[in-house]
Amino acid sequence: MPKAKKNWQIWELPHDARLLLSDHAGVGSLELVGGGVRLAVWRFTLGLQASAARMAAQLERQMAQRSADGRPMQMALGGAVCPVCQAPLEEGAEECTRCGREDLTPPSTWTLLKLWRFGRPYRNQLLLGFALTLASTAATLVPPYMTMPLMDEVLIPYQNGKPIDPSLVALYLGGLLGAALLAWVLGWAKTYILALVSERIGADLRTTTYRHLLSLSLEYFGGRRTGDLIARIGNETDRINIFLSLHLLDFATDVLMILMTAVILFTINPTLAVITLLPLPFIGWLIHVVRDRLRTGFEKIDRVWAEVTNVLADTIPGIRVVKAFAQEEREGQRFADANRHNLNVNDRLNRVWSLFAPTVALMTEIGLLVVWGFGIWLVAHDSITVGVLTAFLAYIGRFYTRLDSMSRIVSHTQKAASGAKRIFDILDHVSSVPEPAQPVALPARVTGRITVREAGFRYGNRAVIRNLDLEIAPGEMIGLVGHSGSGKSTLVNLICRFYDVSEGVIELDGVDIRQLRIADFRRQIGLVLQEPFLFFGTIADNIAYGKPDATREEIIAAARAAHAHEFILRMPQGYDSLVGERGQGLSGGERQRISIARALLINPRILILDEATSAVDTETEKEIQKALDNLVRGRTTIAIAHRLSTLRKADRLVVMDKGVVVEEGNHDQLMAQEGAYWRLYQAQQRQAEAEGAVLGGLLEEVKA
Amino acid sequence: MSAQLERNPLGRWVWTDARGMRHEQVVVVRAYPVTAPEQGVGIMDAEGHELAWFDRLDQVAQPLQALLREAVAEREFLPEIQRLLDVSSLVTPSFWTVQTDRGQARFMLKGEEDIRRLTGKTLIVSDVDGVQYLIRDPLALDKHSRKLLDRFM
Repeated sequence: MPKAKKNWQIWELPHDARLLLSDHAGVGSLELVGGGVRLAVWRFTLGLQASAARMAAQLERQMAQRSADGRPMQMALGGAVCPVCQAPLEEGAEECTRCGREDLTPPSTWTLLKLWRFGRPYRNQLLLGFALTLASTAATLVPPYMTMPLMDEVLIPYQNGKPIDPSLVALYLGGLLGAALLAWVLGWAKTYILALVSERIGADLRTTTYRHLLSLSLEYFGGRRTGDLIARIGNETDRINIFLSLHLLDFATDVLMILMTAVILFTINPTLAVITLLPLPFIGWLIHVVRDRLRTGFEKIDRVWAEVTNVLADTIPGIRVVKAFAQEEREGQRFADANRHNLNVNDRLNRVWSLFAPTVALMTEIGLLVVWGFGIWLVAHDSITVGVLTAFLAYIGRFYTRLDSMSRIVSHTQKAASGAKRIFDILDHVSSVPEPAQPVALPARVTGRITVREAGFRYGNRAVIRNLDLEIAPGEMIGLVGHSGSGKSTLVNLICRFYDVSEGVIELDGVDIRQLRIADFRRQIGLVLQEPFLFFGTIADNIAYGKPDATREEIIAAARAAHAHEFILRMPQGYDSLVGERGQGLSGGERQRISIARALLINPRILILDEATSAVDTETEKEIQKALDNLVRGRTTIAIAHRLSTLRKADRLVVMDKGVVVEEGNHDQLMAQEGAYWRLYQAQQRQAEAEGAVLGGLLEEVKA
Repeated sequence: MSAQLERNPLGRWVWTDARGMRHEQVVVVRAYPVTAPEQGVGIMDAEGHELAWFDRLDQVAQPLQALLREAVAEREFLPEIQRLLDVSSLVTPSFWTVQTDRGQARFMLKGEEDIRRLTGKTLIVSDVDGVQYLIRDPLALDKHSRKLLDRFM
């Protein structure tokens, strides 16, 4: 839209003017209709969805007001609005949680300065390490200085016919040995101390990042791949670690060495010093040019590397599917492709990189040549002694090799900077389910009343929940029914506060759940999922997961109530048996009952059963159902079930479709209405009959 | 009539409950054989259903307690490794010769992943046949054993 001139249009609003909102494939449309015609239509990206919805609602209110007293209503928008996406900011939040996207700028070396936050606790050790670096570098600079008197006072006079003075030689050689020993001790101390500190900084970085990652909302995890996150926490922190303990230390030593050498050279002979230091700016310029090329390259390598890890992380957990569909070849190919991509990117980078080191070496040789030439000329004119020239050449040898190793720091810094950026991407990410600034305390006795008012939720560019109202009384069991994709699971995720609603509120006992501390709130919720997840550990540990201090008696009581006690006792090590990854195999029903015991043990006020029985056969379902009956008693329960028969015990059924509640009532009422529920029920009956027939046929075949 | 545990002529355990019902072929199991052997003992019938439960084994009246212990000991086999005498190689698969509380044993360890950490310090070593050995506290082993074990952890 051209910015120069605002293109205002004015409509006379008919009495039934309305703004209709719809979206498809990421594009929203806002239609102004009234008097039986469409007056105008606007398209917008879904980032503006919330604003458009508010505008539509505002018009609606305004029209309602106008028809009452004929005057338009002015409605002030309360609260702050995000300058980017126009979404209302939550109270106390500084950054908009909806548009806070990851920063896509290339990593700057300055990112590394952010690491200081982790270095602060060790500043004393760092200071000591720096002092040691200074001292050890100075010690290494003594030997070349000694070559000067050795040449001028011992060797040259000898050539001119004077005998060698053994005491003088002993003195200088002793000095050389002493300096070497001192440099050795100091070098050892500085490397040890700094390595120790950097290892600790790396460990702190890893722990902090992981802790922060755990506090992020499910939305964050939903949008990212496991392999990438694992790589970030594992490899990147390690890379930063190595950078700090090795490369940065070397670099600091090099810089000190160059500075000190320069000072020494100038004090010996300023003219020759200038000539010697001449190639320095060239090398500096070269480093700068290559730096830019390498920066983006290394970031690309990181991404490609994450891609390689992702292939593994995708395939290994899904290996059954891979094998079942005989796709080993394809998965192998996918890995090979990712690997080849890795190679390509590396090759491109290495082309620049490989040119770099030899060029520096060439400059070194040229530099030496110049010093030789100019030095000989100076000696010929008696401006300097042979000893001075020898000392210069000895210094320069070290000096330029330092420059060469210094040039290597470029790539390491870039790698570490891109690693630091990827780490800080996680660390700087504000949870989209933020902890409240001033949390409201829950009463000691939570009744478990849940109120959902005008809730709306968008998943990516798709509105999943729209304007939903629901009231659940304490102790009531409701069944959520609907086709898959009707928003049942999303509603449950919103109630658990795995996500926050985009619009509206969800309240527990009359308190907005966003005002409660997340841990306090979640402690009130017991969750039983379709695919129960067991952690690696003993059965007892798994049951006590939500309450690590539970006594053994409590664990047994919970397992009994969950009808898990007997099968657990049948296992060779009883409650001490290992389960989970690499552990003893358990059937789906057994896992489910362990997860029910887990939920029972924390004695939650609210219970959420998300398809808890749909992954098991009918016989097992009965067992689980018995366990669930114990669990449901006296608790506010929200059950999602695909099989309507499992919701017989529900006090009320809530039928959802496309993100809204379409029907409410008990089974008989809903059947009498002959609406959405009735259709679902009929469809399932028919399917069950058909399945029964097939199953019966199979059974007969087996018998025969 | 009080409940009673006895051995039938075939050597199987028979549980007669308080109402005089006889259950043949019962097994006595511990809930926490490793972490709390004295806590929680159950009697299960042949189908795996629980018949009786004792919260603490050491508080069960005699002679029932002795019988329960006998039955448990008969069923459970979880030798505790006291010393690693020798390992055939430091890379798996490897044959281990160990001194356990049930005598000397030699078994094959298939891979490092068969040494698992149970709650706390306790380690469980599963051999290639599925027999499990317990190492209650690796740090309490003698130096030679610790050195050998360390190569696999």
